[in-house]
Amino acid sequence: MHDFQYHKPGSVADAAAAAAGAEDGSFLAGGQTLIPTLKQRLAAPSDLVDLSGVSELQGITVSGDSVTIGAMTRHADVAASGDVAAAILALAALAGGIGDPQVRNRGTIGGSIANNDPAADYPAAVLGLNATVNTNKRSIAADDFFTGMFETALEEGELITSVSFPVPEAANYQKFHNPASRYALVGVMVAKTGGGVRVAVTGAGPCVFRASSLEQALAGGLSSSALDGASVSADGLNSDIHATPEYRAHLVKVMAGRAADAAGG
Amino acid sequence: MPTVSMSVNGKQYSGEVEARTLLSQFIRDQLGLTGTHIGCDTSQCGACVVHVDGRSVKSCTTLALQADGADVTTIEGLAKDGQLHPMQEAFRENHGLQCGFCTPGMVMSAVDLVNNNPNPSEETIRENLDGNICRCTGYHNIVKAVKAGAQGMGG
Ligand SMILES: Cc1cc2nc3c(=O)[nH]c(=O)nc-3n(C[C@H](O)[C@H](O)[C@H](O)COP(=O)(O)OP(=O)(O)OC[C@H]3O[C@@H](n4cnc5c(N)ncnc54)[C@H](O)[C@@H]3O)c2cc1C
Ligand code: FES
Ligand code: FES
Repeated sequence: MHDFQYHKPGSVADAAAAAAGAEDGSFLAGGQTLIPTLKQRLAAPSDLVDLSGVSELQGITVSGDSVTIGAMTRHADVAASGDVAAAILALAALAGGIGDPQVRNRGTIGGSIANNDPAADYPAAVLGLNATVNTNKRSIAADDFFTGMFETALEEGELITSVSFPVPEAANYQKFHNPASRYALVGVMVAKTGGGVRVAVTGAGPCVFRASSLEQALAGGLSSSALDGASVSADGLNSDIHATPEYRAHLVKVMAGRAADAAGG
Repeated sequence: MPTVSMSVNGKQYSGEVEARTLLSQFIRDQLGLTGTHIGCDTSQCGACVVHVDGRSVKSCTTLALQADGADVTTIEGLAKDGQLHPMQEAFRENHGLQCGFCTPGMVMSAVDLVNNNPNPSEETIRENLDGNICRCTGYHNIVKAVKAGAQGMGG
């Protein structure tokens, strides 16, 4: 790992200023993606801006119709929150299935969605539940946030402050773990929201996406039998030593069916 | 160079570190506490697990500066007055180790698990050891040891 300047600001404004003042600055959240990346010298920022001292970025607020999670909230705290579980059980369960306990004790929601790993879990929750990503500059709708593999709508130096999830009528997330990495080989969030049924798929393609054929099939009711005639195209899905595009397409439908039954039942 | 200070196994330490120093390097190289092992470069094996403010973390995936001001416990901090911690004793008693390389991390993860969940089922134990890899035992006796350790800890 190359050396860098370390900053630990106490406010969002100071964090943004520290990043803007650096030659090539990077925010540091839980470090569970960034530190391994630095160790392998896949990145070598001049400055790291540690967000753990910014209290504005911490915590969970549940109001009647939405759950807002601060960017620096750890996966373990979302998983253990009775308030989150009472409002959106699928979200607490998803957080509790990320990686392993030690990763969950440090990793954060802001870091996970800023990174937008094609196999990460939170992007499926953000997109499937139609959440809004709040930054120090604006609010970004989930449908506009994830733009490609490891790419998001965030601009240089833009800082995620929180994510707001509208409480759905019903939702469930089903993950088929990669047995070695614990990431999602395929993960599917099925949600019945005010705006209709949404099906968000992670792990299968280069970036989280909505499976419109499955959304249409489930519009009449959340049940795996509604998917009988539906199909998911393997075109453009990931191919690696773990699974072919065809197998991933198959898993998307199977996981969507399980999620639909669990959410609908 | 930045300075860092933290309590490790109840003793206060401070020192200058390069910003890039990992908590695992600080513990092993600067404090000489080599019970914390380094088994991989990819944050996957869990041999390096320590407790930071009571929570298990991978010290190879934490900067020393991120633990500034924290309370850190390593495997050396578990035994008290020459008496093994009940979880260590349970690993010994149940043959929960062969070469012993993964053991410090296994024990630290197991103690954190039992602190949060005093009487874990076999399934819960297996799930919670997701982040700890053992290439010798086949895990069976580790799971037995964690169950016994939980009883020993009062669960
Ligand atoms: C062994 C292992 C297994 C894992 N398994 C899974 C898994 O199953 N599922 C899964 O989803 N993830 C998994 N992860 C990844 C984990 O969830 C990470 O914690 C997460 O992807 C990144 O979050 P972080 O807080 O650690 O961010 P960091 O690593 O600190 O940062 C990641 C990136 O986000 C940027 N960033 C961080 N916070 C902000 C912010 N507030 N605003 C703007 N940019 C920001 C950083 O600059 C950096 O580029 C795993 C990781 C490991 C090591
Ligand atoms: S040394 Fe392998 S996870 Fe830390
Ligand atoms: S006892 Fe050898 S690696 Fe676990």
